[in-house]
Amino acid sequence: MSGNAYQGGANRLPGKGRLTPAKTVRFSFDGRILTGLEGDTLASALIANGIHLMGRSFKYHRPRGVLSAGAEEPNALMQVSRDSARYQPNVRASVQEIFDGLRASSQNRYPSLACDVGAVNDALSPLFSAGFYYKTFMWPRTAWNKLYEPVIRRAAGLGESPKEADPDHYAQRYAHCDVLVVGGGLAGLSAALAAAESGASVIICDEQPEMGGALHFDTSIAVNGETGFDWAQKTAARLAFMDNVRVLTRTTAFGYYAQNFVGLTERVTDHLALPSPDQPRERLWQVRAKRVVLATGAIERHMVFPGNDRPGIMLASAARIFLNHYGVAIGAKVAVYTACDSAYEAAFDLQDAGVRIPVIVEARDRPGGTLLEEARTRGIEVLTRHAIASTKGRLRVSSIAVVPAGASGKGRDIEVDALIISAGWTPSVHLFSQSRGKVAWDAESGRFLPGVNAQDCVSIGACAGTDDPVALVEQAVEAGLDAANGAGSEMSGRPVIDIDHEGSDAGSWSAGLVGAVGAPESGKAFVDFQNDVTAKDIRLAVREGMHSIEHVKRFTTNGMATDQGKTSNMHGLAIAAETLGKPIPQVGLTTFRAPYTPVTFGTIVGQSRGVLFDPARKTPLHACLETNGAVFEDVGQWKRAWYFPRAGETMHAAVSRECRTVREVAGLFDASTLGKIEVVGPDAAAFLNLLYTNAWDKLEPGRCKYGIMLREDGFIYDDGVVGRLAADRFHVTTTTGGAPRVLHHMEDYLQTEFPHLDVWLTSITEQWAVIAVQGPQARDIIAPFVDGIDISDDAMPHMSVREGKICGVPTRLFRMSFTGERGFEINVPADYGQSVFEALWERAEAMDACLYGTEAMHVLRAEKGYIIVGQDTDGTVTPDDAGLSWAVAKKKPDFVGIAGLKRADLQRPDRKQLVGLKTKDPTLVLEEGAQIVADPNEKIPMTMIGHVTSSYWSENCGRSIAMAVVAGGRSRMGETLYVPMPDRTIEVEVTDTVFFDKQGERLNG
Amino acid sequence: MLLIRCPYCDESRPEIEFRHAGEAHIVRSDKMADLTPDEFERYFFLRDNRKGDVYERWRHIHGCGRFLNAVRNTVTDRFLMTYKAGEPRPALPDPQAQAAATEGNGQ
Repeated sequence: MSGNAYQGGANRLPGKGRLTPAKTVRFSFDGRILTGLEGDTLASALIANGIHLMGRSFKYHRPRGVLSAGAEEPNALMQVSRDSARYQPNVRASVQEIFDGLRASSQNRYPSLACDVGAVNDALSPLFSAGFYYKTFMWPRTAWNKLYEPVIRRAAGLGESPKEADPDHYAQRYAHCDVLVVGGGLAGLSAALAAAESGASVIICDEQPEMGGALHFDTSIAVNGETGFDWAQKTAARLAFMDNVRVLTRTTAFGYYAQNFVGLTERVTDHLALPSPDQPRERLWQVRAKRVVLATGAIERHMVFPGNDRPGIMLASAARIFLNHYGVAIGAKVAVYTACDSAYEAAFDLQDAGVRIPVIVEARDRPGGTLLEEARTRGIEVLTRHAIASTKGRLRVSSIAVVPAGASGKGRDIEVDALIISAGWTPSVHLFSQSRGKVAWDAESGRFLPGVNAQDCVSIGACAGTDDPVALVEQAVEAGLDAANGAGSEMSGRPVIDIDHEGSDAGSWSAGLVGAVGAPESGKAFVDFQNDVTAKDIRLAVREGMHSIEHVKRFTTNGMATDQGKTSNMHGLAIAAETLGKPIPQVGLTTFRAPYTPVTFGTIVGQSRGVLFDPARKTPLHACLETNGAVFEDVGQWKRAWYFPRAGETMHAAVSRECRTVREVAGLFDASTLGKIEVVGPDAAAFLNLLYTNAWDKLEPGRCKYGIMLREDGFIYDDGVVGRLAADRFHVTTTTGGAPRVLHHMEDYLQTEFPHLDVWLTSITEQWAVIAVQGPQARDIIAPFVDGIDISDDAMPHMSVREGKICGVPTRLFRMSFTGERGFEINVPADYGQSVFEALWERAEAMDACLYGTEAMHVLRAEKGYIIVGQDTDGTVTPDDAGLSWAVAKKKPDFVGIAGLKRADLQRPDRKQLVGLKTKDPTLVLEEGAQIVADPNEKIPMTMIGHVTSSYWSENCGRSIAMAVVAGGRSRMGETLYVPMPDRTIEVEVTDTVFFDKQGERLNG
Repeated sequence: MLLIRCPYCDESRPEIEFRHAGEAHIVRSDKMADLTPDEFERYFFLRDNRKGDVYERWRHIHGCGRFLNAVRNTVTDRFLMTYKAGEPRPALPDPQAQAAATEGNGQ
């Protein structure tokens, strides 16, 4: 290209288009360095350089060029990168702006775009008819894993995903406005101007780099005495200058949700050669608008005929954009195939720019207005009631064969180097439909138009079926004023927008054609380019019984590619309707779903990644535990100390040492994550009577009790120790994971079922740091630090609570145990947690006590048969199943779960009950979750009578221990059961759940 | 994202401040211990799950923390009204009033 005098590419026409010839941009395509102009898209720059071949199709690997010049592009999808971490597959060449250093490469081809071995699929296409996957890969079943899936996976998908983490950042903003205008064409700008000048707050967005919409290509409309495009730029600038208006370009409204909530994605840096590191790559706008004005325009449809997919064949409007905006001629001999008047204007523009138009093939009897005469006056041959029977050209269209409509035969060959096509315009009702508005079929113009609104929105312009520019501006201004009025703006005034529609005497753009031309039985007439769906595929789907359009869509994959059928859906529907012999509205339209165009994950995720993905909750003791070598585990959002390995120690050795030390000396444990709720008020005991199975009236202040909370169905919901601090004050503890839901559950009953009770609930989980000190030496460790509390066994027996001071700070001191040893749980205000812990640990360490983590805690409690709700219970376990029926008060008239517990099924003697298991080989540790059977020789599927819920190596017992739920377990004591594993069957003996200190003597020291 | 009016805060707030809490106006018996199995089934397990206007409970959990009741249309997701827990089940707005509410739904 360097030999060419003109820098922007050989097909750039001097004096045409709106780009500046001096501003050149260098980029590469498949390794070839090319030059374009600033403002070019990849597509316009490639065509300027004579390149039409831009991709390979998904299924048949057919060579493809660009079809459109906009967001609807199905063919020209590329990988685009600026460095090794920043590359993105499936970028539409018609949307991506070029910048210095951009690297683009084609996809879905090997070894090269021009010579692709995958194209063999095209020759084998009779094998790949509609529903091919469903029919072919059914049998034999075993071939799925080994053969079908790997091969399909390799062949499937377009492009490759990046292998490095995304180095860019993304922003998210909320915005509120009176009026959100989606679309910055003639209609959108007029509406925004009218609303803004009335004083309403306005956001207007458009997906393109500049406002203007169809004014990019339609040069026949002048506004206020200047070209439509210039008026659009001036109007956008004027709007941007107003305090009550935000103008967003390169911003796609991709989703319209409930209550006028609209998602916009703004592409901030993808067009820049050197983006500032401070700029987000994209910005998500979540807009709540009082009124939404939809000015989303219309999308041109292609003609469906055999061979309609060769590079060089594109929509008439695309050719017009490339010419009028980018100054690029798509070819030198450009034929036209149309069923819509607007293609004539494209032909005339091309001819005026010096391009030869060998023929206009007109599918209809005649075009509207005086177009036929004008074309003939210009010396263009127009063949009315004709069709294109086939095309030729391997990597670019080289000729078309034209036949009279309905005729067969080879027809007349006409040499071309490009072909523009138009079957009419489909109003973009995507967002309207997403808003749950109902579309209505307009038989006269053959299109679906917005019908009944579901939300406070209004559709104007081409998306509402308004074609005439004068009527369109009138409608838009009214919509803008009305929206401003509705939002309470009182200023009045009406912008002056005078239209001079000078162009050729074009007929209505609404006239057109949906469906295929004729019924060609040979050749591939593509409906959906991206998914390679032909007219024949759709007819076949109907013949094979797909009578609903939703079934046709899924069977053929029509409209299911990344372009979501923007050009193909109406054609597919029309062909299905014709084959079914039904009118189009009776066959129905498939659902429009968000997003309108693909949205990056980065935009959706925003800042929520890495450490910001999920909050990490750390206890007040976290830093101390870390200093002392803790290994942490995640428990929900909490970081909990798991175990404290010494140098060279394995986890197993560390846990065994911690378990032994706690029972021989003592251990310190961070129990701060336990949920804590303060229940206060004159009716506090009455409230707990209703929420827990236990009776609370007789619990003396200063004493504690283990409580069980049920759901109404009688199953265990949570458990914990409850201490009574005063007659009207309880300190309730919950499981670590259960804290929020237990409070929610309590609030629910207090607010809605028992509102007569005078009780306050306060979450105090994070107000108190909790240090458990457990073991024979526990009291000796804490004694020197405790002030004003007699901690002797007589004064403070097991299951009691005192308030006083420790290390000079206030404490709620619990005498309780989750290990079976003499134990204390020291609650101190969170801010003092660290200093109290350090003081205690200094003394404890000197006494040869240890720090222990959650793993040792789990083992120690299992040695005592203490359950963990959520591990030994699973939401189908009653107190009796868990061996806790002693905790259910017999005489209470009511508590949550009392009715559920009475159900017959919950009384069955053969329910799964919690038992202990001892492996016959004491060194074997069972797997948690392993299934249990009574007869190891039973044929598969065996009768599973239970499963292992907890299983550990117990250093203190010198053997493995396990708990399990087993059908009728308590009546099976001493029985031998079996745990079948993949490599062997393990024999176990059913025991009670207490493995250590069965009499519980150690609790009292 | 839905906007929900909290009748306690008397403000419309984003859906993420709220948590859904099931069907409304299900009365817990003051004699739970005497429920027959059929009565318990109706109370605990059976729900209408209607298509259209439903009475349901929400909690302004990340706001004032109060439970409230709402009438919502499950087809359109539109909230027809919200009211305080414990208030009697309101009659549904007549269709004309509903249409008017639709017009003003962007508020």
